[in-house]
Amino acid sequence: MTGAPATVSLLGMAAFFALSIFALAGGRRRLATPLVYGAALALSAMLHVNAVVALVAAAPAETLSLPMGLPWIGVHFRFDALAAFFVAVVNLGGAAASLYAIGYGRSETWPMRVLPLFPAFLASMNLVVLADDAFTFLVAWECMSLASWGLVVAHHRTPDNLRAGYVYILMASFGTFALLLAFGLLAGPFGNYAFDAMRVNHPAPLIANLALALVLIGTGSKAGLVPLHVWLPLAHPAAPSHVSALMSGVMTKVAIYAFVRVVFDLLGPPAWWWGIVVILPGAASAVIGILSALLEQDLKRVLAYSTIENVGFIFVGLGLALAFRSNGLVAMSVLALTAALFHVLNHALLKSLLFFGSGAVLTSTGIRSLEGLGGLIHRMPVTAVAVLAGCMGISALPPFNAFVSEWLTFQAILLSPALPQWGLKLIVPAAGALLALAVALAAACFVRIFGIAFLGRPRSDAGAQAQETDGFSRMAMILLAALCLGAGILPGFVIDGIGPAVQAVAGGQMPHQAQVAWLSIVPIAQSRSSYNGLLVFFFIAASALMSVALIHLLASRNTRRVPAWDCGFVDPNPALQYTAVSFAQPIRRVFATTLFMAREQIAMPPPGDAAPARLRVRLRDLIWDTFYVPIGSAVGIASERLNVLQFLTIRRYLSLVFLALIILLAVLAIWR
Amino acid sequence: MHGLNFDVAHLLAGSLVLVSFMMLYQDRLYALLNVFALHAVVLSASVAWQAYIHDAPHLYITAAIALLFKAIVIPIALHRMIVRLGIHREIEAVGSIGPTMLAGIGLVGLSMAVMLRVTADSDLLAREDLAFALAVLLLGLLIMVTRRNAVSQVVGFMSLENGLVLAATGARGMPLVVEISVAFSVLIAFIVIGIFLFRIRERFDTVDVQALDRFRGERR
Repeated sequence: MTGAPATVSLLGMAAFFALSIFALAGGRRRLATPLVYGAALALSAMLHVNAVVALVAAAPAETLSLPMGLPWIGVHFRFDALAAFFVAVVNLGGAAASLYAIGYGRSETWPMRVLPLFPAFLASMNLVVLADDAFTFLVAWECMSLASWGLVVAHHRTPDNLRAGYVYILMASFGTFALLLAFGLLAGPFGNYAFDAMRVNHPAPLIANLALALVLIGTGSKAGLVPLHVWLPLAHPAAPSHVSALMSGVMTKVAIYAFVRVVFDLLGPPAWWWGIVVILPGAASAVIGILSALLEQDLKRVLAYSTIENVGFIFVGLGLALAFRSNGLVAMSVLALTAALFHVLNHALLKSLLFFGSGAVLTSTGIRSLEGLGGLIHRMPVTAVAVLAGCMGISALPPFNAFVSEWLTFQAILLSPALPQWGLKLIVPAAGALLALAVALAAACFVRIFGIAFLGRPRSDAGAQAQETDGFSRMAMILLAALCLGAGILPGFVIDGIGPAVQAVAGGQMPHQAQVAWLSIVPIAQSRSSYNGLLVFFFIAASALMSVALIHLLASRNTRRVPAWDCGFVDPNPALQYTAVSFAQPIRRVFATTLFMAREQIAMPPPGDAAPARLRVRLRDLIWDTFYVPIGSAVGIASERLNVLQFLTIRRYLSLVFLALIILLAVLAIWR
Repeated sequence: MHGLNFDVAHLLAGSLVLVSFMMLYQDRLYALLNVFALHAVVLSASVAWQAYIHDAPHLYITAAIALLFKAIVIPIALHRMIVRLGIHREIEAVGSIGPTMLAGIGLVGLSMAVMLRVTADSDLLAREDLAFALAVLLLGLLIMVTRRNAVSQVVGFMSLENGLVLAATGARGMPLVVEISVAFSVLIAFIVIGIFLFRIRERFDTVDVQALDRFRGERR
């Protein structure tokens, strides 16, 4: 049995790459789309089962090395419990996306631009998780960035998609660069790029601090941590919807894996303030992400912003785990880390589901803006129910899964008085308050999405002619919704499943939850708190059924004739319904006036003029304006100055090279 | 015996640097070519001596290659090229000799300062060799920078490559395959540059690289 999971995973990845080449060769055929996605589904499902089996059996970590890559390094892989958990998440998302794409991919205008990259993207995400040396890791990481970039610009004729791709590849390169430097620091003067060596040789505190900052920048830019998130709401929606689901649901999780792997596994014992460094951007991401989502009208961009919120949530959990760990509070650290990893799984499921829903809406109506949608629950009932489940889940309503992980995170936050440092004692509850705000805003945000897009009446002709999506897409959405509900009802099993992964990096795991009576979960102690998803589910189901029954029993079946009371009368014009902007207005006025410099301007026509009055809302992205615009203009100025260098004579170029060499040698002579 | 070995190797490597200095101030092309041939002869002697004291027969082949190509074939070919181009009477403005020589001395000092410190724990012979090789390399670059004629830039490049060969043989253990491939790549570079020279000549009626700059319409 030993030796199996890693080998199976590697073979699976090789098969993915082979599939990519196959798609490249035969992608023009009509049959290629279902064939490629079907094969990707089978492979992902196999890898997922493989990883789950290894995780449940708590198989010992195993390593594999191949004689490829750089000659003196080779390529190392390691399949331990943490990797197994993330492989499971990646391939669950991959399998769902492949299943969805069997149907969704048929509407693709340019299958050749998507088909070859899709399996390569899945394979490189798997590769990142399994890599056991910095070289393999970075190569896989770049493959992942490039494959996803190719998918982002697949529809490059759509306006703004090329810009999205440009910003994305820029930020991705920047992140990789930061990671490269971080690994360079960790490898030390002797260049031990294997993770095994890094695990043993802990760097000096200063080096470790620098590496932490670099890793936070590198992985944070991939995961979408504020203020490195700017590319995410541009790039994720630009890709085809099943790829958006993968990027938002899975690729951000791979970035989180990288953070956990480096900071918890390789970096050595944390300093107490590392927690703060991680918690602060996490909390900021949560609030800013969900506020931006509320102010956005484009359905897919709303979902992308919500990803930023959830990534922030996960990073707060990781920061808490670091804070507890630095003080030797292993049990609490384990709780926080379990909550974070649980949320990783939940968000992967929920965000995939929601992006599938948005894709279904997009293919059947062609509209991404909420303002053109409405009443879809009548035209697309299955999609509507699945999206409703996703919205309830991501708003952290109880019988669903995200409630459990967010509840666990709050349980960990409530343990912060146990921390000895005052900085942490003050900051952790503040971050908790921000998270609570984010959760409430998330609920408002998803009420808004569901209410505007699926309830009411259609706001455009295209929206009125929507058709229910195809069978494969529906199957994928229902599957994910069922998984979300299942993980919410029986969280104990999920927590036990995550246990070995937590054990692998945190040195402990939560008490086994499956043995707790009545399938409750008890994170700390029975006297403190416990939650029973099954009971909540039965209570909600029973009370809902009972109310339905009561209404049916008691309500009169007689037709009632009432005078047309105008306030209850539906106005014939659907434009008079509540709009997405008007729904967000109170929240915008309260929160966004300072944070986004939201300004409202009313242009009233002069008396006697029949022109309509106009309300104009201006928003400014302060992060973009303060961080990115100055950097961009500085780069512009510098490149203009350096432009002269393009037109020198040959001798000048030679002299420049010569001078550079001399200066470097002189530095070497003086410095040594 | 060790003392003699070391002294002769030192002498040969040192004379290579000296010949590099001689190349610096040759303002006639024929003279430059002759000094370059001398440079290659000294290199070949130095490599052969290394082969003798390290008892590494394959270095003899390197020495032979250096002697054959760099001391005979390439100078003769360049010679004929100069005749065909009709530039044998041209006198090149080297810039004033004094500052160039001073810069060269500075470069030798720099390479000593760098190499002797960096290679503090390797054996004495290799250290001296590497330091001299770096000096030859830098002087070759200096020749390329101070010349305007394409032919003399080629010569500068070749002498730079001689420095590389010296370093490689001094480092002991460079396989023959690498040396042969280096020799061939230099030969090919030489051929390519030769062809380009004629093309430039056809187009612009001169091999003064300033003409290229003028053609691009660049201010200088």
